[in-house]
Amino acid sequence: MTEELDLTGQDSDAGSEEVVLTPAELIERLEQAWMNEKFAPELLESKSEIVECVMEQLDHMEENLRRAKKGDLKVSIHRMEMERIRYVLSSYLRCRLMKIEKFFPHILEKEKTPHEGELSSLSPEELVFAKQYMANTETYLKNVALKHMPPNLQTVDLLRSVPKPDLDSYVFLRVKERQENILVEPETDEQRDYVIDLEEGSQHLIRYKTIAPLVASGAVQLI
Amino acid sequence: MFCEKAMELVRELHRAPEGQLPAFNEDGLRQVLEEMKALYEQNQSDVNEVKSGGQSDLIPTIKFRHCSLLRNRRCAVAYLYDRLLRIRALRWEYGSVLPNALRFHMSAEEMEWFNRYKKSLATYMRSLGGDEGLDITQDMKPPKSLYIEVRCLKDYGEFEVDDGTSVLLKKNSQHFLPRWKCEQLVRQGILEHVLS
Repeated sequence: MTEELDLTGQDSDAGSEEVVLTPAELIERLEQAWMNEKFAPELLESKSEIVECVMEQLDHMEENLRRAKKGDLKVSIHRMEMERIRYVLSSYLRCRLMKIEKFFPHILEKEKTPHEGELSSLSPEELVFAKQYMANTETYLKNVALKHMPPNLQTVDLLRSVPKPDLDSYVFLRVKERQENILVEPETDEQRDYVIDLEEGSQHLIRYKTIAPLVASGAVQLI
Repeated sequence: MFCEKAMELVRELHRAPEGQLPAFNEDGLRQVLEEMKALYEQNQSDVNEVKSGGQSDLIPTIKFRHCSLLRNRRCAVAYLYDRLLRIRALRWEYGSVLPNALRFHMSAEEMEWFNRYKKSLATYMRSLGGDEGLDITQDMKPPKSLYIEVRCLKDYGEFEVDDGTSVLLKKNSQHFLPRWKCEQLVRQGILEHVLS
């Protein structure tokens, strides 16, 4: 579709990947990231390269539309496509912001200790936003209530008071790459842990914690 | 019984349906803080007595008062934090300018928190790439069609559409406008989406 408007394939030259994605592939990646983020109970890896490329894409489309003939039917169709892409992108970013605000002490705590080989779950701008949110809320609580309380009660440990994401919640997924020997831990003491294989194309309802690394690697898609 | 006022604060919010912000109960909060002060002072004197006189039968009372102090703090912080969450939702619902009725229900510090949150959000949205970033408080629903029929509920005045032409939004006038331009006005209650 977008090829008709004289748009050549975009390189995702941002980020460490040197893969050339067609616009269609880029949008597919965006939709996958969006669905994963919507259904995962915790904040997932930051996909800033996808966000940047999609923004670029939207800008290009806007440019092309401005140059196009007015009243051309293609213009309406492409505008609809732009609207849809913008909706998915906004929804994805909103979902992330909501999780950041909901779990801010835990997310910021995790950022303090860098893990080897693990990508950050926050983009630099999201990190700034999270820190500001935390500072804003802490200052507010201190000024309005805590500093008027007895001296030994003036600090509230946010890590203990703010609930953590429930990693035991169940999620639906579709398997993209075959996985073998996934260890499923028991929920109750009577059960024992068992091992399952995930066939490509199969769909499952499973605890998020069990398959969290598979979501990150792209082997499964949350639905 | 102790912590009555604190429970009242929590109940007040529990009763208010989601999205609604009742008036800030400054009096209630002040009473909770005063009770905490009184409990703490009583505990201080009892602790000193125990330390000097060794009257260990005061210890259960001290523990009880300490529990009440913790409960008071928990209720107070829960009350304040829940209100912040409701205020945060207002930014996403109404935009940067809040209706006056709601502003009266907020304390000065809550207003400050709101302003700082607004600013932080705006900085983030601007950083999202492109010239002006991306306003993610728009496009809250999946787009169904490009143009929508809207009826004007209040006098708004001139409204500029993409190709430069402007439309006069008078009360009860109906227009066929691009969806993305109207979204915010629909949320603010100035336009009404006509679904026929």
